[in-house]
Amino acid sequence: MISTLLSGDLPRSRILTAMLVVILAALALAPFVFPGTRPLDVAAKVCVFVLLVASYDLLLGYTGIVSFAHTMFFGIGGYGIAIALSRIDVSWASIAIGAAAAVALSLILSFLIGLFSLRVKAIFFAMITLAVASFFAILASQLSNFTGGEDGITFKVPELMRSRATAYYVVFGSALALFLLLLRVVNSPFGRVLLAIRENDFRAEALGYRTVIYRTIANCLGAVVATLAGVLYALWLRYTGPNTTLDFAIMIDILLMVVIGGMGTMYGALIGATIFVVAQNYLQEAMKAFSESMKGLPLLPDLFHPDRWLLWLGVLFVLSVYYFPHGIVGQLRARLQK
Amino acid sequence: MSRTSAAVNDAIEGQRFDWIPPALLFAIALAALAMIGNPSTWVTLTVAGLAMGLLIFIMASGLTLVFGLMDVMNFAHGLFIAIGAYVAASTVKLFAAAAGADSFLANLGAVVPAMLAAALLAGLLGLAFERVIIKPVYGQHLKQILITTGGMIVAEQLIHVFWGPDLIPLPRPTTLRGSFLIGDMAIEKFRLIAVVVGLVVFAGMLLLLNRTKIGLLIRAGVENKEMVEAMGYRIRRLFIGVFVAGSALAGLGGALWGLYQESVTVHIGANMMVLIFIVIIIGGLGSIGGCFAGALLVGLVANYVGYLSPKIALGSNILLMVLVLLWRPQGLYPVSKQ
Repeated sequence: MISTLLSGDLPRSRILTAMLVVILAALALAPFVFPGTRPLDVAAKVCVFVLLVASYDLLLGYTGIVSFAHTMFFGIGGYGIAIALSRIDVSWASIAIGAAAAVALSLILSFLIGLFSLRVKAIFFAMITLAVASFFAILASQLSNFTGGEDGITFKVPELMRSRATAYYVVFGSALALFLLLLRVVNSPFGRVLLAIRENDFRAEALGYRTVIYRTIANCLGAVVATLAGVLYALWLRYTGPNTTLDFAIMIDILLMVVIGGMGTMYGALIGATIFVVAQNYLQEAMKAFSESMKGLPLLPDLFHPDRWLLWLGVLFVLSVYYFPHGIVGQLRARLQK
Repeated sequence: MSRTSAAVNDAIEGQRFDWIPPALLFAIALAALAMIGNPSTWVTLTVAGLAMGLLIFIMASGLTLVFGLMDVMNFAHGLFIAIGAYVAASTVKLFAAAAGADSFLANLGAVVPAMLAAALLAGLLGLAFERVIIKPVYGQHLKQILITTGGMIVAEQLIHVFWGPDLIPLPRPTTLRGSFLIGDMAIEKFRLIAVVVGLVVFAGMLLLLNRTKIGLLIRAGVENKEMVEAMGYRIRRLFIGVFVAGSALAGLGGALWGLYQESVTVHIGANMMVLIFIVIIIGGLGSIGGCFAGALLVGLVANYVGYLSPKIALGSNILLMVLVLLWRPQGLYPVSKQ
């Protein structure tokens, strides 16, 4: 039963299993276990980012392509919902329309970008996506009577979603379902072809797989799931703006989560996103205490200043790429095999 | 001997030189003159466009050469631009008396040390960056993109540690403010300086690449690395030299760009990166002539379009890239790789 649900891709490590169970239980029971708005916000953000990071891992970890346009698709989802709910009316129908329009736009864009630039080197694709994403971010901030510019759009959600607990379970349930779907995809024959392309695209092509087509499909799939993550995030925040969706800083966050959690494993996305979001919200307090304890020493208080938390995650990121290319999950699984 | 080989080079270069891109530049400038109508506005825009193009060229040239020579794409190149700008801000502050004086020579006494210090420090940082960050990941594109992005995250945070998180003002010295008025034509003084520095750098680079043995080796290395190594030259050392020089130029460009904007933030480099990527893709990855033509093209088109129809201006660069790639998929001057 569990094996079917996880598509046969079991955690394969006791510690990892324990971590996954704890995270899942905490997320499933968040409204009851952690009272207050902030912990629930953190839990919802974890759900959304697990999904977003998992869809990015489909590209980076499984197919071996680096895209900097993932936040663009995330943003398209958010803006789709925001524009539909603020322009049409506050109903489930407009949520459906907004989400469908956003998914369609993402599909077209990802298909075009894929066809245009996936034939060539990984570096070229990374540069093109960076350019397109930054263009899109400027566009969103310039078309202010449509997107609300820098202020973004605040909107109302349907009656049922107004209870925080219900809204949370909508986000949690959708994220869980989509995550399991992604797990299904990467463990299917299609997923195996993606792995083959990552390892050696020349050989995959020689075996008869059209790598461009597979890469483009993976790119589109990742884009659609990212769009849906954007939809969920917008529904949770009841707000969409450049800073919550399109900012390049979010792209950096996604990269950090994927690499620290573990590239090429869906569970890595889960672990990475959880650690990152919790660190983002709670590490600063720990660093503040640490920084103050070192007052008077040269430079050290500045290095551990609460605003410098990204510095340490960045260092962890660089070390991960060098020494643990499969991140935390890869380390845990490797220990088992010894 | 060296003289004859240079002559032979010239002959070959002369045969191969493709006049279409420069002709295209003139055609665009003429078309813009026809559309703008007013010659003095046109001159103002053209000088501004050339200045911007040359600034971009200074910053981008190292990146494209590094890619051509070693197949390394440094996504943290913007970091050297930011460092250059910060160092320039500190230096100008140090020479506050010279910068505040009402004499052109005294002002130069502040600006020139600022540019030199910026280039020097960015170059040193480039050396460290190459040794620590890039050396272990040769030939692995995916890791290069990840590791250089990670290096950028860490370095941006370190800039925050040393210079503080706030925007730093970088006032232009007194005599470099304002513009010359010739009839109706307004030409900003600082843009003229940018043009002069840019042309000097370009001329120096042409001399180095076409008239010296090191330049010969660099050009040969871009075309066929293995053959140069087989001849007994250590391409690694050459590469480190190019990387450091490219970083230093990025620092110089960053200093000029910071002075132009009169303020410095940590994102100054990352914001330029998109434009730089577009320029080197348009020019043809690895091609220095293409980088020059691409930079001028982007600078001119951005200024003309910004004047003629501000609505499209923000997309003009992306549009330009798409058009150029449809015409020449490998860029204006494709690099022939063997």
